[in-house]
Amino acid sequence: MTREDDKDMASEPTTTPAVIAENVGKVFPGKKGAQVTALEDIDLTVARGEFVSLIGPSGCGKSTLMRLIADLDQPTSGSLSVFGKSAKQARLDQEYGIAFQQAGLLPWRTVRRNIELPLELHKVGKAERAKRSKELLSLVGLTDFGDNFPDQLSGGMQQRVAIARSLAESPNLLLMDEPFGALDEMTREHMQGELAHICAETNAAVVFVTHSIPEAVFLSHRVVVLSPRPGRIRAIVDVGLGTSSERTDHLRESETFFAAVSEVREHLHGSPDAVPMGVDNR
Amino acid sequence: MKAAFGATRGVIPPLLLGVVTLLLWQLAVAAFDIKPFVLPSPTAIGDQFVNNLPTVWSNSLVTGFNSLVGLLIGAVLGILLAILASLVRVIDELSSAVVAAAMVLPIVALAPVLYSMFSASQQTARQLVASLAVFVPVYVNTLKGLRQVRPVHRDLLRAHAASTGQTIRVVTLPTALPFIFTGVRIASSLAVIAAVIAEYFGGPIGGLGKSITTAAAGSNYPLAWAYVLGSILLGLVFYLAVLGIERWVLRDRGT
Ligand SMILES: Nc1ncnc2c1ncn2[C@@H]1O[C@H](COP(=O)(O)OP(=O)(O)OP(=O)(O)O)[C@@H](O)[C@H]1O
Ligand SMILES: [Mg+2]
Repeated sequence: MTREDDKDMASEPTTTPAVIAENVGKVFPGKKGAQVTALEDIDLTVARGEFVSLIGPSGCGKSTLMRLIADLDQPTSGSLSVFGKSAKQARLDQEYGIAFQQAGLLPWRTVRRNIELPLELHKVGKAERAKRSKELLSLVGLTDFGDNFPDQLSGGMQQRVAIARSLAESPNLLLMDEPFGALDEMTREHMQGELAHICAETNAAVVFVTHSIPEAVFLSHRVVVLSPRPGRIRAIVDVGLGTSSERTDHLRESETFFAAVSEVREHLHGSPDAVPMGVDNR
Repeated sequence: MKAAFGATRGVIPPLLLGVVTLLLWQLAVAAFDIKPFVLPSPTAIGDQFVNNLPTVWSNSLVTGFNSLVGLLIGAVLGILLAILASLVRVIDELSSAVVAAAMVLPIVALAPVLYSMFSASQQTARQLVASLAVFVPVYVNTLKGLRQVRPVHRDLLRAHAASTGQTIRVVTLPTALPFIFTGVRIASSLAVIAAVIAEYFGGPIGGLGKSITTAAAGSNYPLAWAYVLGSILLGLVFYLAVLGIERWVLRDRGT
């Protein structure tokens, strides 16, 4: 609870956190009573403008947690609130933008019309839609591909379209599930830089799922390390690399960066008892 | 270019088969002295077809119009009811029994009943038979298509708080479109078959089916076969027209 007075949050007029999860658990009913406990006792607060990464082994419930926040699924225990409202109300009020693990583009729409989809659903005028999609296309480096159809694009390009779509309405909360998974290293670092830049500019809170430790450390204020099934919070690492706007490429070579990377790695690989002291272990 | 080449390549084998069949047919009729009431030779049928082109044409128009009305009514009803069934579970369960029954019921068998329900001098009964024949494959295929929506697309629309109407328009129908077209394409030739056969059972003068029975009753077998040829061509026109529209509408889709 030390981040609320952080300097990049001081300008925020209201202090209601973006996401509060209290004791959240999710049990999926399996076949013949064999249940799958995907998440257990998740306590997590994401402040406004804060960038939080979720990292953990495959199947530990990262996507599930994101879906709960997005109200695409309901927790079986505990409670969730998004900007002080229920998750459902926040979804109905369109408080978040979302990028799924699979790009999920509509194959019969051009790239441009895919990006404009959220605006179209919310009855934004044609001229404004065109203006916004143009900005977003250039942001993700796909200016020349607006009139292409998704299957004419590579997997990484499709993912960038999905990212552009999630940004279309400049949401206050971004939910991103391994958005850079299919990108090459160069584009990936470029997109990371862009995302840090966007966050600094719009002061959006981000819940970001990734399998890459350096990526999580570079982008995040805090990195949440989840344990294998059932997914529990094993540790929360305060990265302390400064505000989003200070996240430039030279950071990747700094001492603090490497220290944070190895700390996350220890939590991820090490046994729970080997956790060193001095981390925010709420 | 490549696609056009591929298309011609696909057409050549069946064309060749057709030509060879016609040749063998012609030879067989001549060699075994087959009587016209059993099977006339292709050239005799061709002669009749050419000589009676105006009547074949005018009768094709009657049957073609009935088929078209049947295709439109049956397809619209099939699509609408499938959408309803995909939204309301009860309708789905109720209609699946009706559709199963309709699949085994020879729909043209309803023609005599329908002729007595509507005035026998009207084309209504024939159009109804055609629409019933069309309805079944369109409904079945559309319903299947409506269930192909990918979970990630469903989530996407839900995440953006889209209304049911928006979800249907933006995701469900476009997903189902190739399936709907498959249904309508199958139904297009069924519409013609149903309309032709319905004419066998009565109704007003005019139409290919009526002409086939009249010519056969008058022992003019080559002429009857010329009308059969007309029906085949009419069915082909319907099929190809739908195929053309399908290709054009789905032109931008991959695979
Ligand atoms: N709809 C569902 N029904 C049943 N079980 C589910 C469902 N969705 C997820 N699960 C289970 O919940 C667990 C967590 O899944 P989840 O997709 O959240 O993992 P993840 O951390 O995102 O993994 P990955 O890194 O591979 O994407 C898995 O064991 C999975 O089998
Ligand atoms: Mg996942």
